[in-house]
Amino acid sequence: MSAISPPEQRIWWKAPLDKLEFIWIAIAFVWSLVMFVMMIWWHIYGNQNLANVVSKTTKEMYAAKTQAVVDKYTVRTETDKQIPVVKPPAGSDIYLIGRLWDWWPIYELEKGKTYKLHLSAMDYMHGFSLQPQNINIQVHPNYDHTVKITPTQAGTYSIVCNEYCGVGHHAMVGRIYVK
Amino acid sequence: MATTYRICPRTGLQFDTDAEKLMRWNAVAGVLALLLGGIMAVGVVLTRWPAVHLLSAETFYMVLTAHGIDMLLFWIIFFEMAVLYFASSTLLHCRLATPKMAWLGFWLMAIGSVMTNVAIFQGESSVMFTSYVPMMAKPHFYLGLILFAVGALIGCFVFLGTLVVAKAEKTYEGSIPLVTFGALTAAIIAIFTIASGAVILIPTLLWSMGFIQEIDTLIYRVVWWAMGHSSQQINVSAHVAIWYAIAAIVFGAKPMSEKVSRSAYLLYILFLQLACAHHLLADPGLSAEWKVVNTSYFMYFAVLASMIHGMTVPGAIEQAQRLKGYNKGLFEWLRKAPWGNPAFSSMFLSLIGFGFLGGISGVMMGAEQLNMLIHNTIYVPGHFHATVVIGTTLAFMGLTYFLVPVLFRREVLFPGFAKLFPYLFGLSMYIVALVMMGAGTLGVSRRHWDMAFAGSPLAYEWPGAAYLMMGLNGVFGTIAIVAGGLWILQIVFSLLFGKKLDEGELRNSPIPLTLPAPTGGHAAHPPATPGTMVLALVFLVSFILYYFVNWKYLSSLWGLA
Ligand code: HEM
Ligand SMILES: [Cu+2]
Ligand SMILES: [Cu+2]
Repeated sequence: MSAISPPEQRIWWKAPLDKLEFIWIAIAFVWSLVMFVMMIWWHIYGNQNLANVVSKTTKEMYAAKTQAVVDKYTVRTETDKQIPVVKPPAGSDIYLIGRLWDWWPIYELEKGKTYKLHLSAMDYMHGFSLQPQNINIQVHPNYDHTVKITPTQAGTYSIVCNEYCGVGHHAMVGRIYVK
Repeated sequence: MATTYRICPRTGLQFDTDAEKLMRWNAVAGVLALLLGGIMAVGVVLTRWPAVHLLSAETFYMVLTAHGIDMLLFWIIFFEMAVLYFASSTLLHCRLATPKMAWLGFWLMAIGSVMTNVAIFQGESSVMFTSYVPMMAKPHFYLGLILFAVGALIGCFVFLGTLVVAKAEKTYEGSIPLVTFGALTAAIIAIFTIASGAVILIPTLLWSMGFIQEIDTLIYRVVWWAMGHSSQQINVSAHVAIWYAIAAIVFGAKPMSEKVSRSAYLLYILFLQLACAHHLLADPGLSAEWKVVNTSYFMYFAVLASMIHGMTVPGAIEQAQRLKGYNKGLFEWLRKAPWGNPAFSSMFLSLIGFGFLGGISGVMMGAEQLNMLIHNTIYVPGHFHATVVIGTTLAFMGLTYFLVPVLFRREVLFPGFAKLFPYLFGLSMYIVALVMMGAGTLGVSRRHWDMAFAGSPLAYEWPGAAYLMMGLNGVFGTIAIVAGGLWILQIVFSLLFGKKLDEGELRNSPIPLTLPAPTGGHAAHPPATPGTMVLALVFLVSFILYYFVNWKYLSSLWGLA
């Protein structure tokens, strides 16, 4: 009789389709294709795609690479914790460390220039959440993830951690300056 | 196999006595988990309300872990076991295949859920329900989850066995009902889900006991979400089956087309598993091709299936209502629906909220590049409170109003509250989902104790609107919790003190289901459903607008390549 009983017509699969139901299926199908193509289209024409340039690394190796950039390009330090503010040349590789519970170091970038930002974690996973841009990327330990970033507006940006990483998670905030 | 069968005098449904008892116990265990999860929700919501900020960081993360696990796993899956037994043994008029095994499954689930809760409240397992490595919980946290999963797996096999019994003992003619087909979909997906769960949780247990050195974080996330996402598809299949069931019970509604609805379920089975990818769109190490194909369930076939169900359920109701003569204009069928019947109003609010809030937001954030906008923000809990609370939980709660007299043989006490409840809980949950999505669009993080970043030298200042929305989340979250708490009280009071209802006839053998003789000629053509079509088009337009607004937002971000 209804959806809780066996179908009345034994050969239910031969019953004709309702017209409106058919139209809706056709519309929904086309919309599904549009959404599918949209992602591919954005890979070709869009300016915001997450690169999949990744290499396996170790905590020691990644820390050493970061330290090298910090040693070379630090221009000053900030806060009581003496966090280095690093001003690398445009186009260079810059390394950001996520660890319990800070992002290290602070970078000072130039508007309109492109940098190769590397992301990796030293302990747990962390979440790179650039505010107020709202760009959110998962950061894993032992993976070095490289994303080419081009800041388009000047300002002071914060990196909030948005992957839960223990009781100090809420205090894990870093910074990027764009001049 | 000496069981007995009871014919419910109110509905004519036939219950195998063993199966009936299992349904009752599973439903009650589910409601207990809901109660615990609901108490935890108080702590979660009041801590995330910036003006209240109730708990300490440590307690907050413990309570949030318990909230996620008790709600998402224990409440929903216990209740689903009851649904599986109902959809097999009751709807097919047959005995339950192996009641002893079903009890074993139940007790494993019960022991598992207690064990995991003990681990959480001992305090050293605040790892969230996702338990991402390398953050480590105590071994009994994982062991409890594994026992629970094994119990649920046994339940799925008892369900499948019961289908075989019904077929072999010829208790029905023709094909299984659509609702049973939906439950079958849920069970098949559940088996896949639990297999993935075993692949990841067993090594994690061994790792927490020191037998394994290290688990790769990326592999963990891929396999964990093969379980975590598919388990959400169990819920979708189950609550869609309940939508069809409530439409059938309240209106006598027939599916518009058995073929279409069943094919849509088949699409779930074929494609849903791929969707674990949409939790990994912001992760390194997975190629863009892999992400695009998988996150879209290979060209959005599972989304297509949900859009089909979203139309055919109200369509079936519209047809049934029009056949009863509610034919005026586009929407008389809907206006004259029994809005005071909590089973119906819950089901309808569940359908609309699931589609408009949960569905649209889910597809938006599942688009590969758009995901960057909201990954790990509180938008994500906003989305899934629309799917798993408004969609699944509200549908289950509405069904419970039907089950109290039928399964528990008690009259529902406080019928006035029952009328009000779906609106009170459902609509406040609509707002909770919306404001969490709003705050997430502004970037506010999920699983985050303090949006003021106390103790950080570089604290970030969220826009005022974000604070406003988290405040509204507190207000309406509290209303939803109070409504949910009253619902639990109402159900418990009804079970204990409601008027006992007539049991109905007890028999030693089941009455098989028979089909009416074919009428020859063509069946009367069912009425068209223009009202549903208009609703569907409103949905489509909202969907398209919201989808492209987010692409526009994305295009304003820094360049990324
Ligand atoms: C009764 C009203 C409820 C309210 C007010 C509520 C509120 C919340 C809030 C605000 C969060 C986000 C916390 C954060 O990320 O910081 C959350 C998380 C969550 N809720 Fe609820 N919730 C409710 C009911 C439910 C129900 C019924 C379910 C499942 C069926 C559920 C499942 C979850 C899950 C799985 C999480 C994620 C936990 C995590 O991130 O690990 N909630 N809830
Ligand atoms: Cu972190
Ligand atoms: Cu964190």
